[in-house]
Amino acid sequence: MKPTSTQKTAFRLLGGATALATSLTLVACGGGGGDKMASDGGGGFDGEVKVGILHSRSGTMAISENTVAEAELMAIEEINKAGGVKIDGKKLKIVPVEEDGASDWPTFAEKAKKLIDQDKVDVVFGGWTSASRKAMLPVFEAKDHFLFYPIQYEGQECSKNIFYSGATPNQQAEPAVSWLLKNKGKDFFLVGSDYVYPRTANTIMKEQLKAEGGNLVGEDYLPLGNTEVAPIIAKIKQALPKGGVIVNTLNGDSNVAFFKQMKAAGITPANGYAIMSFSIAEEEVAAIGPEYLEGTYAAWNFFQSLDTPASKKFTADFKAKYGDKRVTNDPAESAYNMVYLWAKGAEKANSVDNKKVREALIGVTFDAPQGPIEVQPNHHTTELVMIGEVQKDGMFKIIENQGIVKPLAWNQFVPETKGYTCDWTQKRPDAGKFKM
Amino acid sequence: MDLLYETLFNGLAIGSVLVLAALGLAVVFGLMGVINMAHGELMMIGAYTTYVVQNIFKASLPEGLFPIYILVSIPIAFLVSGLAGLLLEKTVIRRLYGRPLETLLATWGVSLILQQFVRSVSGAFAIGLVLAVVLGLVLPRLTPRAWWQQRWTPILAVGNWIVSGLVGIAMAAVLGQQRALDEPWFSARNLDVTAPTWLRGSIDLGAVNMPTARLFIIALTIVSLVAVTWFLQKSVWGIRIRSVTQNRPMSDCLGIPTEKVDALTFLVGSGLAGVAGVAVTLLGSVGPNLGGNYIVDCFMVVVLGGVGKLMGTVVAALGIGVLSYLIGSGSLLLLWPAMPSGLNELITFFATTSMAKVLVFAIIVVFLQFRPAGIFPPKGRLVEA
Repeated sequence: MKPTSTQKTAFRLLGGATALATSLTLVACGGGGGDKMASDGGGGFDGEVKVGILHSRSGTMAISENTVAEAELMAIEEINKAGGVKIDGKKLKIVPVEEDGASDWPTFAEKAKKLIDQDKVDVVFGGWTSASRKAMLPVFEAKDHFLFYPIQYEGQECSKNIFYSGATPNQQAEPAVSWLLKNKGKDFFLVGSDYVYPRTANTIMKEQLKAEGGNLVGEDYLPLGNTEVAPIIAKIKQALPKGGVIVNTLNGDSNVAFFKQMKAAGITPANGYAIMSFSIAEEEVAAIGPEYLEGTYAAWNFFQSLDTPASKKFTADFKAKYGDKRVTNDPAESAYNMVYLWAKGAEKANSVDNKKVREALIGVTFDAPQGPIEVQPNHHTTELVMIGEVQKDGMFKIIENQGIVKPLAWNQFVPETKGYTCDWTQKRPDAGKFKM
Repeated sequence: MDLLYETLFNGLAIGSVLVLAALGLAVVFGLMGVINMAHGELMMIGAYTTYVVQNIFKASLPEGLFPIYILVSIPIAFLVSGLAGLLLEKTVIRRLYGRPLETLLATWGVSLILQQFVRSVSGAFAIGLVLAVVLGLVLPRLTPRAWWQQRWTPILAVGNWIVSGLVGIAMAAVLGQQRALDEPWFSARNLDVTAPTWLRGSIDLGAVNMPTARLFIIALTIVSLVAVTWFLQKSVWGIRIRSVTQNRPMSDCLGIPTEKVDALTFLVGSGLAGVAGVAVTLLGSVGPNLGGNYIVDCFMVVVLGGVGKLMGTVVAALGIGVLSYLIGSGSLLLLWPAMPSGLNELITFFATTSMAKVLVFAIIVVFLQFRPAGIFPPKGRLVEA
């Protein structure tokens, strides 16, 4: 019997409905994947502790912040595998609550409020740009809560409610400038993106150059995302016709244009220019192209090429989890460290209450991929200071290791903050900034 | 004197990038009056095409051929971007002629879609997308024709696309389980387009240092300009385009296929954006944000030059190029060392790239106060479509 047209229709409708149903189930499954992963190994725990993860998972900053969030999730998974956080003889499982800051600074503040009030997390790991940190700071101070911030930054801040696991200028920019002065020349040209980090970092460097006998021959700022660097190259050629030192704090896309056009104009290491960047790590080298960067320098607290068992294990674990093509870098390492530091602080305080953990954290040590680090009374950590040179394969050759350096929250070169310090172990109202 | 040559060369170098980037827009916006906010993304498509061509040359052709990949990318990028533009015209812009505000919003939306597309496209994503489109087109043909002549047909049409979309998403989700298909093709990261060695050095002519990449872009700009001028002035279709621009109803009456003319104009304009995309890979990065960095400059050039005038576009772009170089590099001080001290400080204050941009914008705004139609205002009267 030939199917009638109604029957045909019915079949088609059925087909459509089935497809719809399947797709809905699949979508539901896809969305549920994360939860399933989080409840892996649910047995053996006596309870849970919620932590917030607040990075830009969309927008311009997503490229960089994804890696940081991934490193944090990896640390959480490792701690859970090893039995979680042990408080009062109980094993607590760390449950991450993820939020997207969307590369939008007010959103960071809003989501931080949500994580604290609605999800009742005990700590928030988050932020990348200084702008996002500055947006979240009032939220954490008003609610007397706890933010752990992973990125190297310009310093000049010391909040009771924030711990900083990235480098302060005296753990990155200043040793790098001193090294350049000693080994590469006295004439400095500063190039940066036009926003808070490069402007503040360059203010500090200018003071340092004055203090240490360097000579500032010029500085220039590019709007974020600008790719026309011909005027800057002309200025560099006027100011440094025979070579010299260029310190680069450009961020994002501008770097590619900067290095491509510098190479074309002959401003290269081979022609006597020493170029030091503070925002270029392994991931950025791959994106810009090692052939443009070969022979330039970067200062960090961790390089993938660091030849220690801890560093190799970190990179191997990261690649196993996220893919062979991925690279590790300083921000990822710093993010990974802060999760461990927090867990150790909680175990030391024997509580996950954020106030107690914050007090206990000072003095906590951790064997990080870069080597041992220790949380200081000013809520920053000690860091290993290294300078690397970009190689053909996109990795850094470590050419200078200055050892472990203690953090200074308030810069000692800038006149306004000279002589000030921060020590949260002192019971005084101005512990965040007082004269030494 | 050297300084003068250097200023001229660098101004020309900056200006030629602007000419190339704005040329396609001058055709589309100038001749058709379409405010195409997705112009930058068409450049981005050209840049990504260059990246793909480069990888094909690296992977499967003899090494000796690698240096010419950039020349091969130019026509390919023209075609790819041109076809993308054609698709955009056929699906979106065609329905919005004569409604500039809606066009602006719609093309802005398209630009966001294109940006997100290159960020997230993967094997699974592409297969799912193709499946959804094919289903959406095929399903109506499989259902009884009578369904498509009812009062509830619009609901059915929407339902049809929802179902196809969901099937596509389901397919992508299933295929996405496999790592090979889940890997994004381009991802949100910036990609590395390596200029061939002959475009990485520079030539010294007198005291002026000329990077070969810049010379290449200047040459490409001149070739494109000559080609577009010839096309518009001499070819049959170019003459048709100009007649439609001047008087659409009359051209229609005289038997000029205006719809085809619109499509062709858009294809040429978009293709030129693709060529500009190839050129900018030599200077900067290839990434989803590439278009956004150029779109404002492009509109600035076209508006300043006078809408509908290619000559205006060229003069405006070169003017902006020389001006931003002069201000940004602080060369004004060197050209006129005996400047009075007040002016001297003012110039130094603006002598960073970001401040130069502010000043150039301000100068353009003031200029447009006196000549609102740009440097070369259109002569005579145009008949509004």
